[in-house]
Amino acid sequence: MKWARATAIGFLVVVSAACLLANFIAPASYAHQFRELPNAAPSRQHLLGTDDLGRDRFSRVLYGTRVSLLLAPAAALLTTLLAAFIGGVAGFAGGWLQRCVMAGTDLFLSLPWLFLLITVRALLPLNVAPIVSVVITFTLLGCLGWAGAARVICADARALSQSDFILLARASGSSGFRLLWRHLVPNLKPILYAQFWISVPVFIVTEANLGILGLGVAEPLPSWGSLLRELESFSTISGQPWQFVPLILFIVVVSSFHLVLTKKELPV
Amino acid sequence: MKRRLAFFVLVILAVLNTTMVLAQSGGELRFCLHTEPKTLNPLQAADDASETIRYLTGGVLLRENRLTQNLEPELATSWKVTNGGKTITFELRDGLRFSDGTAFSADDVAYTMQQLMDPALHSPTGDAFRSGEGKVETKVLAKNRIAITFPASIAGLDRLFDQVAIMSATSPQKEMAVLGPYYVSENKAGAYLILKRNSNYWKKDADGRPLPHIESVRLEIQQNRDIEVLHLVRGDIDFINSIDAEYFDKIVSQDPAMAHDAGASLDSEEIWFNQVASSPLPAYKKAWFTSTNFRRAISEAINREDMVRIAFRGHAVSAVGPVSPANKFWFNSKLQPHPFDQKSALQRLAQDGFRLQDSALRDRDGHAVEFSIITNAGNKYRERMATMVQQDLSGIGIKLNVVTLDFPSLIERITRTFDYEACLLGLVNDELDPNAQMTVWLSSAENHQWNPSQKTPATAWEAEIDKLMRAQASTSDAKKRKEDFDKVQEIAWQQEPFIYLVNKNALSAVSATVHNAHPVVLRPQVYWNIDQLWLGSEVARNR
Repeated sequence: MKWARATAIGFLVVVSAACLLANFIAPASYAHQFRELPNAAPSRQHLLGTDDLGRDRFSRVLYGTRVSLLLAPAAALLTTLLAAFIGGVAGFAGGWLQRCVMAGTDLFLSLPWLFLLITVRALLPLNVAPIVSVVITFTLLGCLGWAGAARVICADARALSQSDFILLARASGSSGFRLLWRHLVPNLKPILYAQFWISVPVFIVTEANLGILGLGVAEPLPSWGSLLRELESFSTISGQPWQFVPLILFIVVVSSFHLVLTKKELPV
Repeated sequence: MKRRLAFFVLVILAVLNTTMVLAQSGGELRFCLHTEPKTLNPLQAADDASETIRYLTGGVLLRENRLTQNLEPELATSWKVTNGGKTITFELRDGLRFSDGTAFSADDVAYTMQQLMDPALHSPTGDAFRSGEGKVETKVLAKNRIAITFPASIAGLDRLFDQVAIMSATSPQKEMAVLGPYYVSENKAGAYLILKRNSNYWKKDADGRPLPHIESVRLEIQQNRDIEVLHLVRGDIDFINSIDAEYFDKIVSQDPAMAHDAGASLDSEEIWFNQVASSPLPAYKKAWFTSTNFRRAISEAINREDMVRIAFRGHAVSAVGPVSPANKFWFNSKLQPHPFDQKSALQRLAQDGFRLQDSALRDRDGHAVEFSIITNAGNKYRERMATMVQQDLSGIGIKLNVVTLDFPSLIERITRTFDYEACLLGLVNDELDPNAQMTVWLSSAENHQWNPSQKTPATAWEAEIDKLMRAQASTSDAKKRKEDFDKVQEIAWQQEPFIYLVNKNALSAVSATVHNAHPVVLRPQVYWNIDQLWLGSEVARNR
């Protein structure tokens, strides 16, 4: 499966590069409405045609992918750090602290995520620029997504803290922060990587879900969520197969994120 | 030989005539409801599905002809409004029976009015008749004559009876005994309803044959519009009463004969600014939003024609004001939609001290003009309109942030916290009479969206609208009412508390199997003449 991993990494690099260079590659602004050409078919001017407001779909795919590909890993990093801190400390300390933290984590896991997101989003100030709104959306995702990962990390940290090498380190006089930082954290790295890579596609999908509900990234900034909304009524798109490009890209990118994980890193 | 030939011709003619008669009767008409009806009690109907059942089963004293928009007698043969709009007297048809065979009389009308006005029932239909403190008095003058007196005068009183389905005072079946063309025969919760032909229905066609022609109506409950369209195309259902522009175009591309665009409907889409004095907005923004020049400038900077062409694919018209051109009597034809003119918009803004600086509009104190507009998430037409307004306003240096909110959060903001700047929503209008808009235009009303529940009118023009709306409501002189409401429309056009954007067209799709269908702009667009529809002979035979 090495070749599949290499292909996935290569694909993600190409897509990321294309998105980062969107300012140079995109033939038009993602927001500009070519009002004489709504719902246009692909042409030399508009490679993927235009959307229902006449905006160049190719440009929107590039910028939308950039939004999702930059911010989903950022949110995944935030969630992994939160999970590492909460789960790591709970697992390392054990005892009543672990029980309390895990009870809190279970409570957090039982919350209906989507409704929570919708509620929190409704409470946010209205007058924010689209770019700020997208950062807020992904920060919310990052802040709300730590619980599952924290459970896994806590269990791993607990097992490690009772392992022979930790006992040896304790016997050698290591304790507290030094024990945590020098001996425990390096051994948690594989699970942290795995949690990070698993979270990225989860956040991309969550943002897409919010977008489909019309509660994702604010107009006119595109994201995969808003791009996928075009596909919500099947009967109106059946004659325009190029509308499926964002969906195909979305599936391939999310699949690539999963292929990036090695066998060792995959959760059991 | 000649006699044989004549006999043969007569036989052929008789067979042809029988075939034509058969083609006009029988069969099952099928269409979809988008939700389950919340009630089968006609007096409590408030949702679309319940209103559909009420229309198909209920017998009313007077019916608003959806084509001509005139009021026509139904169970009543004549009526008279007297006592300054407080009393209405009906002469009723003789010899009519409910679907269960119970005889119809003035007592049933009295019973229905008593039920309708019962405060414990909370009838939404009854609310329209609540004109003032006091009881509604019904006086049965004869078996076929009744006078109903209200505590205060109600303008357009007779038209309100279009919504009142008469119930039997004596039938053991209660609200299930009906006087309309159909009765509810089967109700499979969440799946379908079957209505059967009411054999006691009183109407007959021009040839004296009993109506309705169609034997039964099957109402499938289907929320998904994609599936509904698919059912129509496959012939599983016979029509879609109201369809949006995208599906409409899809049907046009497949079978143009099926698609019907009846023109502008009564529904409108509009923007308003928050003008509530106690709202948590900064003072400089309140000053923008309460300025007539600012609102007029925003209105002129919006390209309504593009909105019609792109967001609604041509199936809408630029809106003028609170009354759609579809409302033949009440529309003020002197008014025209505000033209798209960004130069004029900037001139208006300059009068209030706004100026363009580095492509950004600033007020006289130097604040950059930026505000947010909220609309309900999931409504793609409104989201499109908001995005188009965003681009249009950027043309005069205004930065607009579009925010989509779930509906409960949006309602919370516009009715309770007033923590918003501008809102884009639509007004669904079912009634032609301006009295239905009293709750919007009176400054003391809760639905006076830009500044609701005012103790005293905040502006002189709102005070003038209050005066005119009350004046038109207190007289039954149609000409005087029209003059007053024309003035209200003129003030609304000048002041633009609502920036009207478009009136959507009434779009529907009807299969060729349904005959005598003439879709109109008023609800219900397709089946308003349900008793006169018939199915093609093949469909009638197979169902």
